[in-house]
Amino acid sequence: MSLTQIANIDAHLIPILEQVNDPEIPVLTVLDLGVIREAIEVNGIIKVKLTPTYSGCPAMDVIGDDLKIAFAKLNKKVEVQLVLSPAWSTDWISEAGLQKMEEYGIARPLTESADKDVLLKNAKKVKCTNCGSKNTHLVSQFGSTACKALFKCDDCQEPFDYFKCLK
Amino acid sequence: MNKKHLFDYIISIADNSLILAQRLGELCGHGPTLETDIAGTNIALDLIGQTRNYYQYAAQIQGEGKTEDDLAFLRLEREYKNVLLVEQPNEHFGYVMGRQFLFDVYHLLFMNELLKSKDETLAAIAKKGIKEVSYHKRFSGDWVKRLGDGTEESNQKMQEAIDELWAYTDELFDQPEADKTMIAEGVAVDTLKFKETYYEEVSTLLKEANLQVPESKYFIRGGKTGVHSEFMGYILSDMQYMQRTYPNMEW
Repeated sequence: MSLTQIANIDAHLIPILEQVNDPEIPVLTVLDLGVIREAIEVNGIIKVKLTPTYSGCPAMDVIGDDLKIAFAKLNKKVEVQLVLSPAWSTDWISEAGLQKMEEYGIARPLTESADKDVLLKNAKKVKCTNCGSKNTHLVSQFGSTACKALFKCDDCQEPFDYFKCLK
Repeated sequence: MNKKHLFDYIISIADNSLILAQRLGELCGHGPTLETDIAGTNIALDLIGQTRNYYQYAAQIQGEGKTEDDLAFLRLEREYKNVLLVEQPNEHFGYVMGRQFLFDVYHLLFMNELLKSKDETLAAIAKKGIKEVSYHKRFSGDWVKRLGDGTEESNQKMQEAIDELWAYTDELFDQPEADKTMIAEGVAVDTLKFKETYYEEVSTLLKEANLQVPESKYFIRGGKTGVHSEFMGYILSDMQYMQRTYPNMEW
């Protein structure tokens, strides 16, 4: 499912939205991340509905400001509204986004049940973003941001982030 | 719908999260290990996020043009309606995890019920927060087990924390007037419905952790009606200092 199908986004706004990145994971655009639920132009004003990944995600304020800056360059006003429901899910990250994330060094979220296995039962299912081995273990359920957990590879010994599954 | 009661009810839920987050925030940079330090602040951040959602909604209900910041930083001690449990001091890591665990078990049961609230905004906040809270509970529960089932010293310290914090658990289920009217409206959570489940869940984990389940029936209460422990004033002076000294400051 492409993002434009689930989110209501005016096609002509996509190139601008593609220039706004997630401040925490700068390789991802806000579209890759799936946090833009609606972006429509009404009487010359861009109305954006933004949903947080986690309740306290500090990136939301920055994203709101970045959207204003991006549209200001085109002399357009933007109104950003934060919506909570339906709640954001890792399923909304695009496939392209997941690939960029992995190249950046963050392992992609597993399915809900596999996610529980790795976070609760120390199952070896998360693939190391450095060497590709699944011989990895959980170091901490909480990583550098609310959405990630910290892992370590037992083959190449590198630490890396894992993006927790959220549904 | 009684707006005053709805406002009071939202404030009481929000204050629990805010004050607990403030306590956890004190540990930022002082956690026993880097991982626990980061976990503590992550949990605080989730709680503050939830608090902001509640306060924004409360400010809107109140309709006096106040903001979430006014509600967080510019009320007086008696106007905060959080339970006494969340304001108890950090003492040592056993207390931090014990307090967190005793609250998290409650919090998850609470969120599960809030999902069904007739109030759409509250239900949406619960939907957003529930997974976060389940992570918190897993983390604090694991630590209670690890410390309780660890060395003689860690067991003793964990037991001491649980024994002391136990007295604040019964208050979680108190229902002041605002709760009662909002329960009747289908908006608030009837906490008494899961009181038994709460104590069962907590007791099961304590036993697993090789800890004694306290038998004391002496319970301390007051926070929900604004009567706080001696710690609250210090928390607020810390938390409110900047806004009181430099009104309307932003950063």
